[in-house]
Parts: sequence; C-alpha cells; structure tokens
Amino acid sequence: MDISLLLTSTLTLAGGIPLTLLLTFASLLAGLVLAVPLAFMRASSCKWLSLPVLAYTYVLRGTPLLVQLFIIYYGLGQISAIRSSVLWVLLRDPFWCCLLAFSLNGAAYTTEIFRGGIQAVSNGMIEAAQAVGMSPLQIKRRIIFPIAFRSVLPSYANEVISLVKATSLASTVTLLEITGLSRKLVSETFAPYEIFIAAGVLYLGLTFLLTGFFHLLETRLNGAPRAEARPHRVDLQQVAHE
Amino acid sequence: MDGFAVQFVSGLKTTVLLALVSGVLGMALGLLAAAGRLSRWRAVSLLVGFYTTIIRGVPELIIILLIYFGGTVAISAFFGRYVEVNAFLAGVVSLTVVFGAYAAEIFRGAVLSIPAGQIEAARSLGLHPWQTWLLVILPQMLRIALPALANQSISLVKETSLISIVGLTDIMRVAAIGAGSLRAPLTFYLAASALYLALTSLALLIFNRLERHFAVPGR
Repeated sequence: MDISLLLTSTLTLAGGIPLTLLLTFASLLAGLVLAVPLAFMRASSCKWLSLPVLAYTYVLRGTPLLVQLFIIYYGLGQISAIRSSVLWVLLRDPFWCCLLAFSLNGAAYTTEIFRGGIQAVSNGMIEAAQAVGMSPLQIKRRIIFPIAFRSVLPSYANEVISLVKATSLASTVTLLEITGLSRKLVSETFAPYEIFIAAGVLYLGLTFLLTGFFHLLETRLNGAPRAEARPHRVDLQQVAHE
Repeated sequence: MDGFAVQFVSGLKTTVLLALVSGVLGMALGLLAAAGRLSRWRAVSLLVGFYTTIIRGVPELIIILLIYFGGTVAISAFFGRYVEVNAFLAGVVSLTVVFGAYAAEIFRGAVLSIPAGQIEAARSLGLHPWQTWLLVILPQMLRIALPALANQSISLVKETSLISIVGLTDIMRVAAIGAGSLRAPLTFYLAASALYLALTSLALLIFNRLERHFAVPGR
C-alpha cells in the first residue's frame, strides 16, 4: 500500500465529484417530479390508474439498472425513428442517457415509497380537511403530501443514498465521474488498491454528508429528535454474559 | 438470435448459481456479523459496525472492481507472474461481502425487536445462552427478518449483473456479446431484462410463500 499514491489519487478522483453530484441531484429532482403524481395514481382506488403504475414500478424495480441503462444507451439507437428524431441529439450523449435511466429507475422506487406514506395517512385527517371545505387537490397538496413525506423521509433518505451509489454505473457508458476516473487511473497505473480505496473513501464521504443532512431534516421536520431505538440491548448482553 | 438461446441458458445458469452461492454465504456471514454486532465485546461490535457502515456507503461496483483487480494484483505478486482472478470467484466474494453487510443490519434489527420477556423466560427456564440463541432468538428473528431479507435477495439477483463488467459470462454478458455481433442491442438487452424480471419474480414468489408458511396466525 502506497500512502502517497492514495492521497494523490484521492485528489485526482475528487475531480469526478461534481459530475457524480450533478447526476445524483438532477436525477433525484426528475425522479421526484415524476414520482409524486405516480404515487397518487398508484395509491388511488381506481384500477385503471393504479395498475399501469404498478406495472411500471414492477418492471423497473425487477430488472437491473445496468440493463436499463444499456437499453437506453445502446438499444434506443436501433430504432431508426429515434435516430432521425430531434431526441437523438440527447440520446446520443451518455450523460443524458444516464440521467434518463437514473431518473426513471429512481422514480419507480420513490413512487412505491411515497405510496406507502400516502396510504398511511389516517382517514380522520382527510375527513377533517373535507369538512373544512378543501378541494381534492388542496387536500393532496396541503394535508396528504406533507404528512406522507415526513413519514417516509427515512426510506427516502435510503433511496437518495442508493442513487449516489447507482451513479457509479455511469462509468460503464464512458462517463468520467468518480468511478469512471478511478477505472481510467487504474488502467494507467495498475495500482487498484490505492485508487479504488480512494474512490470508496470519496463515496463514503458523500453518503455520510447526505445521511447527516437527512438526519438534520428529520429532526427539523419532526420538531424533536427521535428517540434512540435500542430497547433490548441490555437483556441481550446479559444472555451473552453467562 | 437462435444461436444465442443456448448461450442465454448457460448465462442464466451462471447468474442463478452466482446469486444462490453468494446469497447462502452472505446469509451466514450476516448471521455471524449480527451476533458480533450484538456481542458484549466492544471491539468486536465496533469492528462489525465499521464493516457494515463502510460496505453500505460505497457503491457495489467499486467493491467488485477492488476485489477483482486487487485480487489479481495480490495473487500475481504471490505467484510472481501475472495470474487473472476467476471472475466467478471474485463475484462470489464481493457479493457475499455486500450481502453480508446488509443482512447483518437486518438480523440485528430483527433480534432487537424480539420482546425482552422471551429472553428472560428462556433464562429462567435455565437454557444455556447457546440454546437461547438457537431455540428462542433465531426462529423468531428469522420470521421478523424475512420481508427485508426478501428485498435484499432481489437486490442481490440484480447486482449479479455488475459482475459482467469484470468479464463473467452471465445473462448480461451474453446479451452484450449478442448485441455487438448481431448489431441488435435493443433485442438482446430486452431479452436480458425479461430473464432478470423472471428471476426476480420467482424470488418474490418464493419469499411470499416462505412468509406465509412461517406466519403466526392471529398476529
């Protein structure tokens, strides 16, 4: 293990952080915009609304992201109608392909997370809002969504973390984000330990920052910090003691 | 496309074998790690905590690349000449390490949610700690952990596709070869995604069966 190489490669790989963050946040935003209406459709009692969304989330959550990315990056070019359309300018570019793949994939997971939150909002809240005279859209916007969002925040935070990790797949379609840079660097120096460990440290830093941010957000939104949930620890240790 | 049917079948076999082997090994590693995390020795608990936190905070692809290329360098240095690590072996090791970390956290959460009375009852009956773990904690914990374990296993099936990046001829790799040689990427990648969807659906079905089988009536 060469410590100086580890440090210099960390600095080099840090050049990939902006692209990793851009991919993460852009697809996070697009995924969120897509997921909120889809989640309401998925939670609706009308079969014609919820079943198509279920099909979408089922297929996107049931296949690897790598396959989805390759279908978009390599596969769409096979259709000549797409190649001759205006969209081809975007779909030729690996960056936009990654963005599309990550957004669609992330939206599928986010939809299912939000659906759980929406369905968990108690009926009394909705009835109260109706009694006050709110329109269905107002109820969704002012009552259901804020409550649902708060209750699913921990799962949503997990989804954001997995999105950061998923952006590493962008390296397979030639993008030079953290993983792409590290693979290039390894093929030049053939020092896999130092360089991949440096990349891992950078990702770990990013995920720690995001976890911290979501913890803060959670405490802010809930007013008070959540109680540490480790109730039975003492008893278990007693079992191990004997 | 016809000639590739045989190759897709062998790719499917590789993918299934990889997922099964690393799933079973990862489950065993997860159980050990969860026991370590709950152990009274702080050093062990901290060490396992480091392991699960680091693995869960780093992309799977980085871990796979590190184990594959790092393993190649280490073994080449050992033998004094260039030896390439078997991609399947590297896949099993890296997926086991990843699955073990997630399984450890799932098992730990499940153990902690068992009511303390159960453990106290076992102690007052005079069961040895080993018996308490084996007869009281483990059966209840597995039932609680099953839904999360199902999710993780489905992720595992999907993660096997990443091993194709280091050259394992699984479903994904067969699709890539076919896509290149017949210039029909859409057809081949759609076929691959259909195979993966079938595998994950099968896994979902099996875990649903298991959950129903182990469910406690009236709870």
